[in-house]
Amino acid sequence: MTPAAPPAASRASQPTLVATFRRLRALSPELTGGLLGTLALALVATAGKVVIPVVVQQTLDRGLTDDGVDVGLVAVAVGAASAVIVLTTVATYRMNLRLYRLSEGTLATLRVHAFRHIHDLSMLSQSAQRRGSLTSRVTSDVDQMSQFLQFGGVMLLATVLMVVYSWPLTLLVYAFFVPLFVVTRLVQRRLAGRYAIVRERVGELLGAVSEAVVGAPVVRAYGVAERTGRRIDWTIDRYRSAQIEAQRVVAGVFSLSELVAALATAAVVTVGVALGVAGSLSTGRLIAFLFLMTLFVMPIQSMTEVLNDAAKALAGLRRVLDVLDLPTDVRDPALGRTVGRLPAPRAGGAAGHGTAGHGGAGHGGPAVVAAGRDLPAGPLGVRFDGVGFAYPDGPPVLLDVDLEIAPRTRVAVVGETGSGKTTLAKLLTRLMDPTTGTVRIGGVPLSEVRFASLRGRVLLVPRDGFLFDLTIADNVRYGRPGADDMAVHAAFAALGLADWLAGLPAGLATRVGESGSRLSAGERQLVALARARLADPDLLVLDEATSAVDPETEVRLAAALAELTRDRTSVTIAHRLSTAEAAQDVVVVDAGRIVQWGHHRALVAVPGVYRRMHQSWAVGVGTVAVGSGAGMAGPGEGAACPATPALTADARPAPPTRTSRMKP
Amino acid sequence: MSERVAEPGRQPGVIGQGFANLWRGVRGEPRLFAVATVGGCLFTLTGVANSLVLGEATDRVVIPAIRRGHADWSAVALAAAALSVVGLARALGMLLRRLAGGTVVFRLQARHRHAVTRQYLRLPLSWHQRHSTGTLLSNANSDVEAAWAPVMPLPFALGALAMLVVALVLLVVTDPVLALIGFVIFPTFGVLNVWYGRRVWPLYSRAQQLRGEVSAVAHESFDGALVVKTLGREDDETARFAVRAEQLRDAMIHAGRLRGLFDPVMEALPNPGILLVLLVGAIRIDAGAMDVGQLVRVAYLFTLLAFPLRAFGWVFGDLPREVVGYDRVDAVLRARGHEAYGPRTLTAAGPASLRLDAATYAYPTADPIGDATADPTADPTGDPSEPASPGDPSARPVVDAVSFEVAAGSVVAITGRTGAGKSSLVNLLARLVDPQAGAVLLDGVDLRELAAGEVSRTVAVVAQQAFLFDDTVRANVTLGADNTDDDVWAALRRAQADGFVAALPDGLDTMVGERGTSLSGGQRQRIGLARALIRAPRLLVLDDAIASVDPRVEAAILADLRERAGASTVVVVVQRRSTIALADEVIHLDAGRVIGRGRHEELLASSPRYAALLTAYEAAARAAGAIPAPAVSGLAASGPAVRELEPEAAP
Repeated sequence: MTPAAPPAASRASQPTLVATFRRLRALSPELTGGLLGTLALALVATAGKVVIPVVVQQTLDRGLTDDGVDVGLVAVAVGAASAVIVLTTVATYRMNLRLYRLSEGTLATLRVHAFRHIHDLSMLSQSAQRRGSLTSRVTSDVDQMSQFLQFGGVMLLATVLMVVYSWPLTLLVYAFFVPLFVVTRLVQRRLAGRYAIVRERVGELLGAVSEAVVGAPVVRAYGVAERTGRRIDWTIDRYRSAQIEAQRVVAGVFSLSELVAALATAAVVTVGVALGVAGSLSTGRLIAFLFLMTLFVMPIQSMTEVLNDAAKALAGLRRVLDVLDLPTDVRDPALGRTVGRLPAPRAGGAAGHGTAGHGGAGHGGPAVVAAGRDLPAGPLGVRFDGVGFAYPDGPPVLLDVDLEIAPRTRVAVVGETGSGKTTLAKLLTRLMDPTTGTVRIGGVPLSEVRFASLRGRVLLVPRDGFLFDLTIADNVRYGRPGADDMAVHAAFAALGLADWLAGLPAGLATRVGESGSRLSAGERQLVALARARLADPDLLVLDEATSAVDPETEVRLAAALAELTRDRTSVTIAHRLSTAEAAQDVVVVDAGRIVQWGHHRALVAVPGVYRRMHQSWAVGVGTVAVGSGAGMAGPGEGAACPATPALTADARPAPPTRTSRMKP
Repeated sequence: MSERVAEPGRQPGVIGQGFANLWRGVRGEPRLFAVATVGGCLFTLTGVANSLVLGEATDRVVIPAIRRGHADWSAVALAAAALSVVGLARALGMLLRRLAGGTVVFRLQARHRHAVTRQYLRLPLSWHQRHSTGTLLSNANSDVEAAWAPVMPLPFALGALAMLVVALVLLVVTDPVLALIGFVIFPTFGVLNVWYGRRVWPLYSRAQQLRGEVSAVAHESFDGALVVKTLGREDDETARFAVRAEQLRDAMIHAGRLRGLFDPVMEALPNPGILLVLLVGAIRIDAGAMDVGQLVRVAYLFTLLAFPLRAFGWVFGDLPREVVGYDRVDAVLRARGHEAYGPRTLTAAGPASLRLDAATYAYPTADPIGDATADPTADPTGDPSEPASPGDPSARPVVDAVSFEVAAGSVVAITGRTGAGKSSLVNLLARLVDPQAGAVLLDGVDLRELAAGEVSRTVAVVAQQAFLFDDTVRANVTLGADNTDDDVWAALRRAQADGFVAALPDGLDTMVGERGTSLSGGQRQRIGLARALIRAPRLLVLDDAIASVDPRVEAAILADLRERAGASTVVVVVQRRSTIALADEVIHLDAGRVIGRGRHEELLASSPRYAALLTAYEAAARAAGAIPAPAVSGLAASGPAVRELEPEAAP
């Protein structure tokens, strides 16, 4: 599968506002719900803004004539206007409520969609975390946009009335405001640049302060407070200057529009008198005109800021939609569809239509079997057939890998950093799909296995053993929702960790803190192992921890691992050669290929990648390498790997003798 | 003058305190603030002038001209000129207010930031240990911002106040009956704005808090994405996230309900005034009590005045946030507990001798922010029986009456299990913290009696994880001291860092990135070591500092230290047996106490616990071992011998 194309295609041409809106509506159908009602309310609301100029005009022209004052007419006009004002205020309130419900509801739906979609993306989308931060950043700038649209409505209606009153004066007003509008647009761009600098400077400031805070011990131990302080001072002052610069632009625009408004008023009065003298304009209309003009000034003044906010809101929205446009390249066959632009179950029937226009095509690969299959019961074996993998636009990471792992075998995969061993683990658990070839578990091609079956039977324990900010028990239960405390406790006990658990302040109820920060790295790993034990998979894939932990925990970990892998198929990405020594079979990966396989004792006996790795490791640990004189043990039935140097298959090797040192 | 504005508010606590802070801001930048206020007044008063001119123009120019069918063009020109001049003044007022007002606020913020960050540098490590990085960053950034936010609309609000007075006077002068309408409408307007500002703030702050929670759930869930995916828990995670997203939505709608009502009411409020003016005005004109120009003047006044009055709402709306922000920053500024320094200096040269005299240290209990003001533990003379909750295990001393002596020029290893108190002991040696009881003495002098700068001149510590600044390699080694490049290279060589530094694109001038991210963990450690060595410290303390480098590199470093023993006294916290064996003496710590002391071989023979510890290290070393390094596969012979053994270690 090559997941690159569709988003690139859709990003090439910036989608129009309409297209963006359509996408949004497809995701969140409530967006257009009651749209007509909202528009009607908006119309009424806008009418309220021009009622005053109209009444002023009526009063001046018809109520206060040369023949005297028609108080009755004024009273009627005022009464009618009062009613209109009450009505429009209520309408505006109702419209605002609808807009808030609409925008917040849409935002919530969008957030949840994006959240789910990010989880559905394969591990291939390495920047998933960065995208995730976007989800939460979808702000409610939408209300800025609605304000912008309202301004637009008011200006339009005011223009219509102005034309009715006097079209030459309307032209005059536009002669002032159109250039102002153009200038404002230009300035807005400049302002965006200034604001970008401000944001950059905040970043500098926070960076410098955090150095002083995080590096507090060094700053004190080396007596460099003064130097550090000067650096912070510098960033503070730079931030301040950037703020003042930006403020200067804002102040300039606002003052300019104020001045233009005043000049326009003066011009309207002058030309208005001339028109009045010529008999084509009444006093009331002229005054009403001046009132209408005030409706013009505010929107134009605020335009720089509103435009800025609206642009930001739109950009944020597009970023989220971009995330949603990323195809879920690793798909659960149970969903029964080829890759769509939206996760099928939530998209609703109509989703496809609005989005069919851009991109989307050419993806999906082979038609996916409708319902998907379950893994067969019992212990699971693994087979790789000509498996290759490359990141989009990257060199191959794995090439033509053939590998067979018999059920209930303990296999260690070793190799240098970047050799491709972690990719092997990701393909094995279908966190990614291979570019070529097939991975089978229990004889079933992985791409046909329903996720519900796959995730229940095959488990990857990642290196960092991520913990949620919950209790120990809840973190372990995460592997099997609904398990009671007894079961959780039993999982610890089975791994020989009951005493460790007992030593915790609140036992199972101990909270682990954010990302498990209240536990040490090794202890987090212990909890992750208990979680795996409770989940009880048939195929276990372990990415071994690399960082050294304290001796006691280390010993516990080793014992728990030995216990966890007993009686199930396990593939361990080994960062320590001691794991390889203890495994039934060792697979050596180098530059994306399997170069050696077999039992440790056999591998150290022959020159090659493994022996070199082992020798340097042994030097580092300070122990002598294991007896090379021991009989050459073959790879056994466990791994059968045609591409490797010939190693005669022999009787299945006895369990490694040194496992005893793993016991505490 | 700001105090007079305070009267309409309730909750005098927040209002009073808020205005006290505002006053502080005004006094901080009196001249610029005055300019801004002049600008604000100019802006609002020209609004009044505008309506006067317009009214006059209507009366004297527009109506007669249109009625008579010919105009007095000089009068028209005068009216147009008057309108333009007033508009110019109005624009000028806005420019002044925005420029000067913005500058006032940004200067106040900058000054406050200078103060609070200097305070961070001044406060002792024990204070830092109780405050999270996130809190301190937001103190310096968003709290400072909040503390001065209402200063921005203040000149405008003051201008609005001036305008209100003038407008009401003008109304009274124009027509007392119409004035009554103004007296009802304008104050209502102001009060409503204040009320709204106060009501809406808690709603938005609750939404802000929920937004943080939404973001926290997303952050955690994506951090654990691998676990979520491999356990097939996407649905549950989505449900968990949806709950927060919906809470946020509801909170925003809740706030929107108030705002959605307030906005149209505010917009509509001047209108009844204008309508009343028209009606009453018509009656009054009918009665011959006023003319049309006056009517237009008053009506226009109502239209123009509505907006500036909203400034009151902005000021009052920001007050609660201001008070909270100011208090938080103030708590930092008022935190006491700077180390007290004595007058003494160390004059001796050569290695220093070290003595600990029943030194005891317990971590200050973790407390919520805001308690930084009165803090007994941060006070060096403070009494150690600080109010720690009795059941809190963290109140137990991590260094418990530790006494030992290190002769000048010797190499001492400190070892013990995780949590034995080794790192806390190191902090005591460099006076990063002060003992709550007992003393640490260098050359027989209590560290607390030494003058400022003496300890850092004498002692150099290399921490478990070296902290690098976002600067060049050279600056990270010298930390601003005047060392020659030869000195820097010499130090790097001793730290086994010259090889990789020479290979960097810009050598000594290479920027290492934030926290030194462009370097590997082992490389950062060696830069950290070079930083200590270049200072030729009289006491060198290595806190498990080179464990993350290749054992061979470590051996070379230690061999160098051993060779030059006598130049520095060396205290080294270690786990590796090979390193321990190099020490003249080993101190075995457990649960904060010294449980064994002597030469390595003696301890091995005499102390079963020491022997057990070392055996555990051995086992762990076997289990944890080293991971195969890329260097060793054939390249090792040709390339520089120093390559990291931990290329995949998390930063």
